[in-house]
Amino acid sequence: MSGLIGKKIGMTSIYDASGKVVPCTVLEAGPCVVTQVKTIEKDGYEAIQLAYDEKKEKRTSKPLKGHFAKAGTSPKKVLREFTRFEEGSRKKHGEIIDVSVFVEGEYVDVSGISKGKGFQGVLKRHNFGGVGDSTHGQHNRLRAPGSIGSSSWPSRVFKGMKMAGRTGGNKVKMINLQIMKIVKEKNLVVVKGSVPGANGSYVIIERWS
Amino acid sequence: MKKELIQYVEDNFVTIKEFPKFKAGDTVTVSYRIVEGAKERIQQFQGVVLQIAGSGVTQTFTVRKVSGGVGVERIFPFASPLISAITVNKRGVVRRARIFYLRELTGKKARIKEKRN
Repeated sequence: MSGLIGKKIGMTSIYDASGKVVPCTVLEAGPCVVTQVKTIEKDGYEAIQLAYDEKKEKRTSKPLKGHFAKAGTSPKKVLREFTRFEEGSRKKHGEIIDVSVFVEGEYVDVSGISKGKGFQGVLKRHNFGGVGDSTHGQHNRLRAPGSIGSSSWPSRVFKGMKMAGRTGGNKVKMINLQIMKIVKEKNLVVVKGSVPGANGSYVIIERWS
Repeated sequence: MKKELIQYVEDNFVTIKEFPKFKAGDTVTVSYRIVEGAKERIQQFQGVVLQIAGSGVTQTFTVRKVSGGVGVERIFPFASPLISAITVNKRGVVRRARIFYLRELTGKKARIKEKRN
């Protein structure tokens, strides 16, 4: 596996070789710094920790400053662990990883935090169909959830019943997005399709092969 | 900063050709390439422009023609590499930017007055 931390920039359209419109998301990916290498001997498992996005020195706590200084880099905003990163080739502490880990045309998974929607009813939250007809005497039940269980048995509502509530703001992963273009000098990756989250939010781009 | 990067991608990967200016109500002929297997040919679509929508590289225009009594509409992106040429045949006089009312009109009522210079 290989991956990067990035930022969602926004969407646009480009054209493929056959002249068709391809809706695309522009992502800024890396450059990331390896701030820690975890090993089985020391930590019980193998992983590397990547850091991304500049952070002001004065907003960084002393322990974190030390952590970044050890890797020989300036303070960063986001730290994420990647397991099984390019197995076989061990990354060094302080190494810089950029978009050259990806190749145009290959498929990647992109995960991020989806946009929060607030308290929503069951139609939006769980794709319910609504209750019955909108005419024929139907009154104010159009978007209601309907029955939520049976009667004397079980005399309770089962756990996990789909009901209204806070929607969005979850971690969502979009799998198999094709990389349409890579712009190395600007650290940009252009993937086909949409990506969870608002523009400017952090995403993790990873490739499992 | 965000807009700049998107602009950068659009500038580098999308090219918009120069076409004559037209607006809703004008009659245009769009020549676009069609690839059939290995062969390639140019097809022409002539009709009235209903609207111009969007901006930048995602800007599109809708052309409507009546073919055998059936209305046919096609939406073309301005940036499409398949469009080889657009020629303006007639300048029409219309009062709005989106003339969807034309869909309901047939016969003599569906005519658009031509602009006189």
